Amino acid sequence: MSLDSKIPKGPLKDKWTNYKNNINLVNPANKRNIDVIVVGTGLAGGSAAATLAELGYNVKAFCYQDSPRRAHSIAAQGGINAAKNYQGDGDSTYRLFYDTIKGGDYRSREANVYRLAEVSTNIIDQCVAQGVPFARDYGGLLDNRSFGGVLVSRTFYAKGQTGQQLLLGAYSAMNRQIAKGKIEMFNRHEMLDVVIVDGKARGIIARNLVTGEIERHSAHAVVLGSGGYGNVFFLSTNAMGSNVTAAWKAHKKGAYFANPCYTQIHPTCIPVHGTQQSKLTLMSESLRNDGRIWVPAKLEDAEAVRKGTLKPTAIKEEDRDYYLERRYPSFGNLVPRDVASRAAKERCDAGFGVVDNDTNEGVFLDFAAAIQRYGKEEALVKGISDASKEEITALGEKVIETKYGNLFDMYKQITDDNPYKTPMRIYPAVHYTMGGLWVDYNLMTNVEGMYAIGEANFSDHGANRLGASALMQGLADGYFVLPYTIGDYLANDIRTGKISTDTPEFEAAEKKATDEINKLINNNGTKAVDYFHKKLGLIMWNKVGMSRTTEGLNEAIAEIASLREEFYKDVRVPGEGNELNQELEKAGRVADFLELGELFARDALEREESCGGHFREEYKTEDGEALRRDAEFAYVSAWEYTGKPSDAILHKDKLDFENVELKTRSYK
Amino acid sequence: MSAAKKLNLTLKVWRQKNGNSKGSLETYPLKDISPDSSFLEMLDILNSELINKGDSPVSFDHDCREGICGSCSLYINGEPHGPSRLVTTCQLHMRSFEDGETIYIEPFRAKAFPVIKDLMVDRSAFDRIQHAGGYISVNTSGNTQDANAIPIEKEDADEAFYSAACIGCGACVAACKNASASLFVAAKVSQYALLPQGKIEAKDRVLNMVKQAEKEGFGPCSNTGACEVECPKGISIENIARMNREFLSASISK
Repeated sequence: MSLDSKIPKGPLKDKWTNYKNNINLVNPANKRNIDVIVVGTGLAGGSAAATLAELGYNVKAFCYQDSPRRAHSIAAQGGINAAKNYQGDGDSTYRLFYDTIKGGDYRSREANVYRLAEVSTNIIDQCVAQGVPFARDYGGLLDNRSFGGVLVSRTFYAKGQTGQQLLLGAYSAMNRQIAKGKIEMFNRHEMLDVVIVDGKARGIIARNLVTGEIERHSAHAVVLGSGGYGNVFFLSTNAMGSNVTAAWKAHKKGAYFANPCYTQIHPTCIPVHGTQQSKLTLMSESLRNDGRIWVPAKLEDAEAVRKGTLKPTAIKEEDRDYYLERRYPSFGNLVPRDVASRAAKERCDAGFGVVDNDTNEGVFLDFAAAIQRYGKEEALVKGISDASKEEITALGEKVIETKYGNLFDMYKQITDDNPYKTPMRIYPAVHYTMGGLWVDYNLMTNVEGMYAIGEANFSDHGANRLGASALMQGLADGYFVLPYTIGDYLANDIRTGKISTDTPEFEAAEKKATDEINKLINNNGTKAVDYFHKKLGLIMWNKVGMSRTTEGLNEAIAEIASLREEFYKDVRVPGEGNELNQELEKAGRVADFLELGELFARDALEREESCGGHFREEYKTEDGEALRRDAEFAYVSAWEYTGKPSDAILHKDKLDFENVELKTRSYK
Repeated sequence: MSAAKKLNLTLKVWRQKNGNSKGSLETYPLKDISPDSSFLEMLDILNSELINKGDSPVSFDHDCREGICGSCSLYINGEPHGPSRLVTTCQLHMRSFEDGETIYIEPFRAKAFPVIKDLMVDRSAFDRIQHAGGYISVNTSGNTQDANAIPIEKEDADEAFYSAACIGCGACVAACKNASASLFVAAKVSQYALLPQGKIEAKDRVLNMVKQAEKEGFGPCSNTGACEVECPKGISIENIARMNREFLSASISK
């Protein structure tokens, strides 16, 4: 099958408008006869479900959590970008588009990204109308802050809880439709397969996680807003339940999986503390507005810090290496995430790490300078002319507390360290996956009637996502893009009538799901699911993580395949299939991660260049920066499932750049 | 990170097969727990021991483990989310406990939160309260007015934010001797009451949400303030006062 990205003709800035003017619409009476399934209720799924229901479609929404409000978008901290230019600092739709394309290392589609930038302003208007309490300044207008990889302040925020507030906005929009009966909500349900009838996605098989019952649900279209697959690394900033199952099952039913190797390793997370750890915690990128990243400049100081014999605050200014400011003077601490992560790894590999764990992985994120700067400013504002150092520090700490208080509290809770008094220790961790199901301009996968939105698709972030852009994309897809594009498709379905679930296709899919559960339950192995998940995570982190080599990737492919074999031989899943069984839920998810991981490594092997979050040791410049190979690799890798992940067939969806010039990405 | 002394504990955990069966407290000794582990990681360790022994692991709700999704619950030593203030169970760390301690772990108890299994309860009553009015009626259009068209006093915006910070975990209900959902309902009512966007539907909202909470079987508020103490997000009891004012004025004018 050849891939058609269906990008509308015409100048970049007119594409979306012209497209909307020319698509088919479904009249309101007919919408009442059309059903849409939405899987996942995060920012993308939640906003899509609400908007589709407002338009008049009958929506069935599914989430594995006990309430749609708990989807992992809720944990997004820092903010959401929009080209409002409220700060008058030169922002525009074009500039947001350009920053995003460049930030993604020129591996995303121009037309999709431009549309994203275009609708970004609508998102803020919509959310404010819903009552989302964004931060405001004293004049009562919306406040902004800055994020990595850009030179303007375009990020809207609600303290360190922006994702929560936006998700509760989408949830409230859903609630209004649930109350009207336009959304039928299925909490604690997990999608186990998608059902294809005559080449079209016509429903799903879902497991009721409370009763264990396997259910058939039909619809005229299926929308996957099921998030990313960072948990393939076991340790990540994802929620414990975040999984690839919906997307992977769709892949196995024919949907191409695009760029699986593009993974974001976020530079500022709390370092790993031990082998019993279950997850990692992000410290928002917004902290890099005020925090300075450094390691000791002398190896002996780094060692003394690790041993606990030297306090970081006792290290003199001239003995500190603010390596981001040193290497990237124009962006400094606000370089994009991929660049910041690699730079941290480089310093720690060289022995300058400051955390006493197996790999000495950790660097400082220091607020002392910001506390002094804000303290002096506050003293002036308050008219204290002869403020003492203590007074200034106290005033400065107060400012930092209003900006990042919840993050500082969380840090303190987890590490038992006070970040107001001593620098935070941070290290990169898996955070977000740019890859996902391949979609065209309509956000439809190559399977007719199956859509993928938000983190579940591959579309807008290329090889690296800029901060505060995930929330933007999730809501853009759900509120403003999919509800239009899906209408163009559903216009052909107004005479179809209800889709029956009493067909061989549904029966076969249900049987397959049931068989897989029975196989896991009756396996009688000796090792718990987590044993395999942790092993997979280590392979991924060591060989498919922040830096990758041909040798390591080949080893990873073989090791994952053999781990998968061992899993099916030796996994133990206690309990029964027809009851609430959290180990069974985990087993199903890990089984899919064990397949995805292999494809992931294969994709990384195939892409013989370095770009964004994908860094191949063989392809770097003299000063260690990523070396892209545009002539050979300016395409999206879309993988077709054939039975074994490493035997997948590669389809190349070429990326055409008509509006931006491909340059070496420099933040120096 | 620290090499602090490992903890040996005795756990008394509520086990209940499902919503139709009777439950009881079971005793589990647990050794060598790092004080740096989170409470839920401690339960992970218990579960892996149980699985290895061929026993059934303890079911409990959890997801983000960052204190924001509101999934985790647990009534630990007689307090929702355990002994620490302003944290959820997932952010509670074992350094808050003593070596040799006996820890009681139960589900949140309330008529409106029936137990599903072990430590998991059904909190869908909270969702249904939100369905009754926890929203502003605005369609997605892309044509709503510019976000800066209506300035909102910073103080009101900040107050609305503090109310909106509720994570819907249900600790307020579990802490209350009447199993009242007042703090939860009041947080949402307050968020909207403080913002100009929310004022248009304010009367119906408060009447409908309060009515739904009663229908779900949550009890009345008797102002003991236990909810505020146990709330992991520090939602203030002033919200309940605001809700009561809103309710009274809506009742008179409707």
